[in-house]
Parts: sequence; C-alpha cells; structure tokens
Amino acid sequence: MEWLVWFTKFENTKPLSLVIFFTVFCGVLVYLYGSKKRGKKLEDYKNIPLRDDEIQGKEK
Amino acid sequence: MATSSVAAAGAAEQYNYDIVRKFTIMTLVWGAIGMFVGVYIASELAFPWLNFDNPYITFGRLRPVHTGAVIFGFGGSALFATSYYVVQRTCQARLFSDGMANFTFWGWQAVIVCMALGNMMGYSQGREYAEMEWPIDLLIEIVWVTYLIVFVATIMKRKQPHIYVANWFYLAFILATALLHTFNNLAVPIDIFSMKSYSLFSGAQDAMTQWWYGHNSVGFFLTAAFLGMMYYFVPKQAGRPVYSYRLSVLHFWAIIFLYMWAGSHHLHWTAIPDWTSTLAATFSIMLLLPSWGGMINGILTLSGAWDKLRTDPVMRFLIVALSFYGMSTFEGPMMSLKDVNALSHYTDWTVGHVHSGALGWVAMITFGSLYHLVPRLWNTQMHSMRLINVHFWLATIGVLLYITAMWISGIMQGLMWRAFDDFGNLQYSFVESVAAAHPFYIMRAVGGAFFLTGMLIMCYNMFRTIRKGNASEAQASISPAVA
Repeated sequence: MEWLVWFTKFENTKPLSLVIFFTVFCGVLVYLYGSKKRGKKLEDYKNIPLRDDEIQGKEK
Repeated sequence: MATSSVAAAGAAEQYNYDIVRKFTIMTLVWGAIGMFVGVYIASELAFPWLNFDNPYITFGRLRPVHTGAVIFGFGGSALFATSYYVVQRTCQARLFSDGMANFTFWGWQAVIVCMALGNMMGYSQGREYAEMEWPIDLLIEIVWVTYLIVFVATIMKRKQPHIYVANWFYLAFILATALLHTFNNLAVPIDIFSMKSYSLFSGAQDAMTQWWYGHNSVGFFLTAAFLGMMYYFVPKQAGRPVYSYRLSVLHFWAIIFLYMWAGSHHLHWTAIPDWTSTLAATFSIMLLLPSWGGMINGILTLSGAWDKLRTDPVMRFLIVALSFYGMSTFEGPMMSLKDVNALSHYTDWTVGHVHSGALGWVAMITFGSLYHLVPRLWNTQMHSMRLINVHFWLATIGVLLYITAMWISGIMQGLMWRAFDDFGNLQYSFVESVAAAHPFYIMRAVGGAFFLTGMLIMCYNMFRTIRKGNASEAQASISPAVA
C-alpha cells in the first residue's frame, strides 16, 4: 500500500490530474471533430427540436 | 385549423402539459413578487424611512426573501416548467409519473413560501442563497430527488434514440444542485423542535464550502440550466437548428468541468490558502472560452435570418439575453482577477454584475421562452405582441439603468475606500462613501421599477392569453370530431 502515499502529495497529483484532464479534453475534441462521418451524424441531432411536431404528427 | 387542433389535442394526450402549465403560472407569480420585493429593498437603501421601524420588512430580512423568490421561485419554477416540457418533446415520451411531478410542484411551492416567511421572521443560516434553515433544507432534498427521478426516468423511456443536448444541461443542473445543496447544508440542529442549526464546517472551510455552493449555484442553477432552455427555445423560435451541435457538446463538457473549480474567487484576499484563490481565478479565466463559445453558438443560430430581430420581439428577448450572457461572462472572469477584485470586492460593482446576469441573461431568456411556450400550452396566440415589445424595452432600459448605476457606484466606492491622504490616513470615512453612492441607489431603484413594470405587463398579457386559450382549448376538443 506504500504506492498510495504517492497520491497524497500535491506535487504528484497536480501534474497527474492536469495530464488526465487534458487528455480527456483532447479525446472529446477528437470525438467531435475527428471524423467527417461522425460529425455529420452529430450535426443531424440539432434538428431534434424542430422535428418534434413532425414526429408527433406521423404517430397520429 | 382542424389539423392543428388534432395535433394539439394529441399532444395534450401524449404529454403531461398540466404540470408545465402550473409551473409556468407560478413562474409569473414569483417573478412579480420577487421583483417587487427587490425594488422595495432597493428603495429602502435609497430612502431608509421605508423600513417603518418594522423588523419584519428591514433590508436584512427582505433581501433573502427577494433572492429566494427570484432565484428559486421565479427561476426554479421556470426551470421545472421548461425542463418538463423540453424533456417530453425531445424524448417523445410522457413524463415518468404524473403523481411525482405533481409532488415536485406542491413541494417546491411550499419551499418558497416557508423560506420567505421564515426569513421575514428572522430565521436564517446566514449562508448566501442558502438561508433556509434545516427543516426546509430537508424538504428541498426530498423534492429534488423526486425531480431527478422523474427527469431521468423520462429520459430512460424515450422514443428518440439520441438525448438532445438541452437535456444534458438540465440533467447536469439537477445533479449538481443536489450535490451542492446536500454538502453546503450539512448542519446539526440544536434541538429537534428548534429551527436553529449550526454548520458542520467552521472557519475558512465553512467559507470555502459556502462559496463552492454559491458560485456553482450561479454556474449550474442560473447558467447551465438556462443554457438548456436556450438550446431548445432559440432554435424553436428562430425556426432553424442551432448553429453547431458539436460546439454545443464541447460547450457542455467544458462548462461543466470548469465551473466547479471557480468558487474560491469569492474569497480573494481572505484567510483561505493563496493557491486555492489563484486556482479559482485561473479556472474563471478559462471559463470565458466555453461561455463565449455557447453565446456565439446561440446567436449564430439566427445566421441568415437576422431580420427576425426587427420583426419578432420574442426573438429579441432571446438574443439580447445571449448578449447579456456574453457580457456578464466576460465581466465575471475579469472581476475574478486578484487585482481587479481588490477594487471591486465588497462594492456595488458585484451587485451590478450579478444583476446583469440575473436580469439580462436569466430573466430575459425566461421571458423569451415563456412567450414561446404559453401560446402552445394553451393552444392560442399571444394576446398582444405590442405589449411584448413594450415589455422588451422596459426590461432592457431597466437593466441598463441598474448596471450602469452599480458600475459607477461600485468603482467609486472601491476608489474611495483605498484613497490615502498625504499623511497616510484614509482620505474618506465610510459614511462619506455611502453619501456619495446615494444618487446611484435612487437610479438603481428606478431601473428596478422599469424592470418590474415590464414583468407586470407580461403577467397581464399572459393572463389575457391564458383566459382566451381556455376557451380555444374547449373548442379544440370538439374540432377533431367535427373534422
């Protein structure tokens, strides 16, 4: 359990958390803008509010 | 006409609009009450004889009544109404439980009434925006968990495969508020039959917990949740999709992550560790990027249809709200810088900053959304577009008067308090700074009165619309058979 002590020191956890958070942020960026196909699919979701009347109409 | 009546009747059957209507009406009621109390206490600061030597209506007791009524009564009811509406429409599913949704309505209204009466009677935890004593805190906890269950369960039974981004913002707001409320209100009552309790935290830790709560109330209750409102109602009113969906997702994750760290900027130059204060200022500056990204995303939704700003007063409310959002999210990070804060803290500048966000962003986006929502809920047209326009100008002039007065007053106070004479003594006494601020206190009260007048006009316009709507709805229920 000695290795857990490493996490109690700010000089270790601060850079570690910086690396984790920065990596996650880059991951989000790559997910959103890394693929044209996925980008097109994601952008299509923006029509959901505009289609709510239409979908409801179809169900009738 | 017959087709729209069929659609309206179908929607009423498919969705629970009754709960949305109830919360919408209470939004208007609490808005009028809360803003009236706000104007009254602003007038008390300008004309202290308005206290009438009556302890129940002094500034100290009425101030939390004002903040509670506008934030939790007006803002909270608006968020319940719009979140219940948006989650049903975008998930194509009826609310999970009508009974539980009704419980959130009556429970939440009971919270606001108890809070206001308690504050007037002198019961307070002394924590800003969390003045409610422990029995009310427990009721909030129960109502809030019920709200979370209703919202999440509705999302889980959705027919639409994707969860629209507005629901992400609403869900983040519900979860974060639960977390903030729980930990900031950890307290031990002195007796089971006593309203009085003491915080579990003490000293600097207590202050840091309070401002972790305070700033994230702004971040999640007054920002993230109303961004959820924006991401649904701006595209609906504009009749075009949001400018970039991917930007909205990036906006969501960045804002959710960054806000949680910024609270300690309320405690610059105090007994807290210096690094926490610096960390909070750093995160506050970083918050500028997602905030402006979201603002630009909202405003550019109107790209190619700017003419709507000339012709549609509801659109004007929504876009001006976004402009104030941009302005106050620039001002906030600037005020979080230690050197700027040394001048601005404890002055009226802070009060002006809060109101440019609360009136300019929160109230304006709510007004725009309700003007879109109410005709659809009552299956009718707004009684008067002209009155919406009058409301818009009264609200805009009111906010501008308010924040300009507080800018001048606040910066003047900051400069007077730090001025030294040739001998190294303070140049001004405190009371001289109070006297110098007096004209601006009158100007602030006048600005508030403008804003309140607009709110009352909105209530009248809505009342006439709803009365007309009831008759139309009765007709609509006959129309399908006729068709």
